[in-house]
Amino acid sequence: MLNNIQIAAAVAVSFLCTAFLRLLPFLFFRKDKQIPPFIQYLGKVLSSAIMAVLVIYCLRNTGTGSFQSGVAQIAAVLFTAVIHLWKKNTYLSITAGTVFYMMLVHLLLA
Amino acid sequence: MKKKDIIKYALIKALPVIISYLFIGMAYGIVMTKAGYSFCWSLGISLTVYTGAFQFILVSLLNQGASLVTIALTALFMNSRQTFYGLSFLDDFNSMGQRRWYMIQTLTDETYAVNCMLDKDDTITIKDRRIIMFYVALFSHLSWAAASILGGIFGSLIPFDLTGIDFCMTALFVTIFIDQWKSAYKHFPALCGLSIAILLCILLGPNRFMLPSLALTCAILLLRRTLKKEELC
Repeated sequence: MLNNIQIAAAVAVSFLCTAFLRLLPFLFFRKDKQIPPFIQYLGKVLSSAIMAVLVIYCLRNTGTGSFQSGVAQIAAVLFTAVIHLWKKNTYLSITAGTVFYMMLVHLLLA
Repeated sequence: MKKKDIIKYALIKALPVIISYLFIGMAYGIVMTKAGYSFCWSLGISLTVYTGAFQFILVSLLNQGASLVTIALTALFMNSRQTFYGLSFLDDFNSMGQRRWYMIQTLTDETYAVNCMLDKDDTITIKDRRIIMFYVALFSHLSWAAASILGGIFGSLIPFDLTGIDFCMTALFVTIFIDQWKSAYKHFPALCGLSIAILLCILLGPNRFMLPSLALTCAILLLRRTLKKEELC
């Protein structure tokens, strides 16, 4: 466990990096300046690519962890996806998927 | 529009975000408490860093005792999408006076989506729309912060096992991924990110694939654009 100063340093670094990224476009592109086309392009296509990478990041230990926990994660992801495609309600999908996963973890890993 | 109407309108538009932030923010507070951090840290991080996905990752980085360089690089890579969100609202935020600093710092995946919807609404004037954007940002930010305190306090009192509650982050990404997939004209970027992440996760291992995956995805997307001279999709 880290001490409070180490945590504060980690939080400060996280904040500064995030704030810098949020500020960046406003530092670069003042009014009436043209945004380079390749930046516009990246801005449009990157978000769906990043979401895919983030899903895999969440599932990164599926292959190396226990078989049961891998099964629970994959099953819960599929369950969430099916609920979302069916009902098209983000909050319902997240709630249902999370409850489903918690139940699986209790049943399989208890 | 009167101020009261503007606030009401903003509340209605922000409601989906507020509900999801209350839910996920509480889960974040619970995860932080379970990992041994006081709700003061949850509140501080939620108010300043204020970016859901990375906040969850930060818990595991803190637990691993990751170096500040690792934390900085992860923050820079994971939140790089924030830079692109700002590009859509340069004019709007720049003409909001002192509020622009708040707008810039509180733009998230979800408020970005709400702002995009407001952009397409022809029934409100530009001036009103910018005030509405401010209140959407404020309500979302406050509900996220309040939820992390609630989760932090509530989480330590909860009598039953909450193992697995952090799955709600995975579920959030799955739903955003599906929504983006359905609205996308081309699926190459999503498939590219997906396959590179899976490949590098297997090749480099679960703790080292994230940064290379994002960098390689960017490179391939830009290379493909150069080669194909593709129209913006």
